[in-house]
Amino acid sequence: MTTLAQEFSKGILKENPIFRLLLGMCPTLAVTATAVYGFGMGVSALFVLLCSNIVISLLKNVIPAKVRIPAYILIIATFVTIVDMSLNAFTPDLHKALGIFIPLIVVNCIILGRAEAFARKNTLGRSVIDALGMGIGFTLSLTILGIIRELFGAGSVFGFEVMGAAFQPMGILATAPGAFITLGVLLGLFNFIFKRLGIE
Amino acid sequence: MDLNLTAIIFVAILANNIVLNQFLGICPYLGVSKRIETSLGMGMAVIFVMTMAAIVTWVIYNVFLVPYDLVYLRTIAFILVIASLVQLVETILKKINPTLFRALGIYLPLITTNCAILGVALLNVQAGHNIIQTIVYAIATAIGFTLAMVIMAGIRERLDLADVSSYLRGAAVSLVTAGILSLAFMGFKGIMTL
Repeated sequence: MTTLAQEFSKGILKENPIFRLLLGMCPTLAVTATAVYGFGMGVSALFVLLCSNIVISLLKNVIPAKVRIPAYILIIATFVTIVDMSLNAFTPDLHKALGIFIPLIVVNCIILGRAEAFARKNTLGRSVIDALGMGIGFTLSLTILGIIRELFGAGSVFGFEVMGAAFQPMGILATAPGAFITLGVLLGLFNFIFKRLGIE
Repeated sequence: MDLNLTAIIFVAILANNIVLNQFLGICPYLGVSKRIETSLGMGMAVIFVMTMAAIVTWVIYNVFLVPYDLVYLRTIAFILVIASLVQLVETILKKINPTLFRALGIYLPLITTNCAILGVALLNVQAGHNIIQTIVYAIATAIGFTLAMVIMAGIRERLDLADVSSYLRGAAVSLVTAGILSLAFMGFKGIMTL
């Protein structure tokens, strides 16, 4: 039996959804032009993941195995709608920037994946820890990607100018090709780091 | 009535390619693009399902959700409709056209979680397309998806033989390749706008 600490840390390092499992790539590429958007997307997904893991874990003996996938999708879609409406009400700018990728949290493979692989077989406590670990791992990855793209693409981090006036921004990093290339290079870098740390 | 169809087709296939510019459907794009034949199979399945899903969700949105002021339910309604539609298409196809079913069979279940399908349904209602524009947009987008998949598969077949650093092998080098492809597709930007 794995300890709770291991359960929590696996989502951040060993089974990091972006850099190890390669899940949820669409929002990762689409909304990380700046650090704030990446962080906002990460927290939205974390909230949905946490709530859906809690509900699915509680209902694990109620939902019949045959219709479990539609049931999970319905539960996830409900929380996504809540996030969609709350963001629209409280942070309209972020809502506009994330756009279609908020409703698309429904088809984020991480969330359905955790429901299917973890929450339906584990206790409530463990499901909460798992959701927190995975969600924070996802948020961290998106924020790192956002910081790098914003730093070199616009010369700022979280909206604060850091590179000074002499810096010429590399506009390419803020566009679509920049997203693919940055993620590809980071993935290679993390493979290298993980290998050196002895984490397979 | 000017429906702007040429612009929709051009923008959906090339200038604003669903995979390379809008980042939808990345999972199948990276997962199934190892061989040209499988990419074509996946592409055909996507063209089929995306068109059907776009029509059905357009009807649901404009006939049920808008008149009864239930637009906030669109995410839930669309994903349920798409999931059941894929199931339905699978069952019907098995009965009436077993050959096509065998060709598309393994790709159909994968499509439910393809965010491009839900994405196109949402983009259609967001853009306020009418039914003809919806159908044309869905088909053109799916053709754009297939095009991107087949090009990628062609490159990856060669890439398998190349001497790539072990850290970059697989997904990392595929992403960088996709970035260069995306750069090429950027060249179409601005030729025609909607």
